[in-house]
Amino acid sequence: MLENIYTELIAEHSQSRENRRTLPNATVKERGHNPSCGDEITLELAVVDGVIADAAFSGTGCAISQASTDMMIELMRGKTVTEAQKLAELFIAMIHGDITDDAELDALDEVAALKNISTMPARVKCATLAWHTLEQSLNK
Amino acid sequence: MDKNFLNDFPILRSQMNGHPLAYLDNSATTQKPESVVRSICGYYGGCNANPHRGVYELSVKATQVYENARRKVAEFINARPQEIIFTKNATESLNLVAYSYGLTNLHAGDEILITIAEHHSNLVPWQRVAQMTGATLNYIYLAADGNLSADDITTKLTKRTKILAVTQISNVLGLINDVKTLAAKAHEVGAVVVVDGAQSVPHIPVDVQNIDADFLAFSGHKMLSPMGIGVLYGKRRLLDEMPPFLSGGDMIEYVEEQSTTYAELPQKFEAGTQNVGGAAGLTAAIDYLRGVGFETIERIERDLTTFAIAELKRLPYVDLYGCDAANKVGIITFNVKDVHPHDVATILDAQGVAIRAGHHCAQPLMKFLGLNSTCRASFYFYNTRRDVERLIEAIQQVRSVMKIF
Repeated sequence: MLENIYTELIAEHSQSRENRRTLPNATVKERGHNPSCGDEITLELAVVDGVIADAAFSGTGCAISQASTDMMIELMRGKTVTEAQKLAELFIAMIHGDITDDAELDALDEVAALKNISTMPARVKCATLAWHTLEQSLNK
Repeated sequence: MDKNFLNDFPILRSQMNGHPLAYLDNSATTQKPESVVRSICGYYGGCNANPHRGVYELSVKATQVYENARRKVAEFINARPQEIIFTKNATESLNLVAYSYGLTNLHAGDEILITIAEHHSNLVPWQRVAQMTGATLNYIYLAADGNLSADDITTKLTKRTKILAVTQISNVLGLINDVKTLAAKAHEVGAVVVVDGAQSVPHIPVDVQNIDADFLAFSGHKMLSPMGIGVLYGKRRLLDEMPPFLSGGDMIEYVEEQSTTYAELPQKFEAGTQNVGGAAGLTAAIDYLRGVGFETIERIERDLTTFAIAELKRLPYVDLYGCDAANKVGIITFNVKDVHPHDVATILDAQGVAIRAGHHCAQPLMKFLGLNSTCRASFYFYNTRRDVERLIEAIQQVRSVMKIF
């Protein structure tokens, strides 16, 4: 069970520092918080002409929430706001186990590897924190 | 050799993720022995009716079960039955004191003194009452070893302090506060003393006369009882003068169109149909605890705590909090370096070891300690050294699972 969750991919992305910074040209700044566990992130986006030109984050949390945030940022770079909203919806549906078809999840690219977390109800909110934060920031 | 308690707790013989369960989250809630489960079934199967109301035999039986529980609790903490108010848990008990006593007696300029180690249930109600009355909420902070700062006690407990609300055992650090000495000091300045006994009453003998608490709150579910039954003890003189908290059925004497007179204690504070099945379970739980004896409970928990701390100290990548003080019981808070507590808890869960991870409903304490969250293992008398060994073995896996070398 553990090897399906704490994969190389999660280890790599949770320990990566590349996307942990602040954006001097941020157009959107959104805080996300899981009050029950204390995980907290600040997501920053630089949206130019309806396209997410750059994204970064800061904050603390478990490996799942940190890796999920890091992978989300890499997926979102270069996407339009509409594409980003669709991808966030898709990811959240995957983690809740509502969409299981791999072909449908193709659009999530590498992030689809987080699918196994849908089998761990206690960790669902860790994986979705960044994505809910993204949805909130884009709906503004 | 102690009795094999596992025979009385079928759930402790069950499996979690394919491993025998090592249940180390007893500060959150304890497991229930068969005798407690039987007493609840016995009540609903044979005695259920609305107590205090019916004249028929079954209602009288239900009343007896309920009032017998009150006598049992009174005897257990050395109080009088009229001084025992049943609530749903320690949180409700503390809210009752804050709203009924606090709102009536606090005024602008008065001070409420609590400690930074309080559970949110003995903190947020006081915050709200302070906001409503204009009173100030002050904190006793901690010394380096995690115990209450003696300086803070001296300087912050003054004539302006009207309420001192303090936990007897911190649910994060497991340190026992000397509430008897604190109560004596508080009484010298005329303050009323509220003791949060949620973590103490299940683990050490608590005698309200001896510690001279004005109020004591605790939960049944942390001491083998079902969830949904809790206790507030209050000195009769204080309870008599306090207005009702919740109002409605069963707490009245006469109700007119525009006014009501209230029932005597303890009914004044028990509006509506109460949790009689829970009270039956609490009675059986107290009987069980008495059968084991606090001497045995304390000895087992001390042994487990000492053993666990010694073993954890051998792991260079484990940080321990509040583990160097002698006045410690049953609760060990720690972190594995570079690994978030939730990941630790998930990895332990996969090996059948149940611990708590997070802020433990004590966010101000976490902030004071400079931590975001921690892991917590907490023991009860039915835990064994094998459970501790399983904890240690599981912790030894954590960093490799996380690919930190």
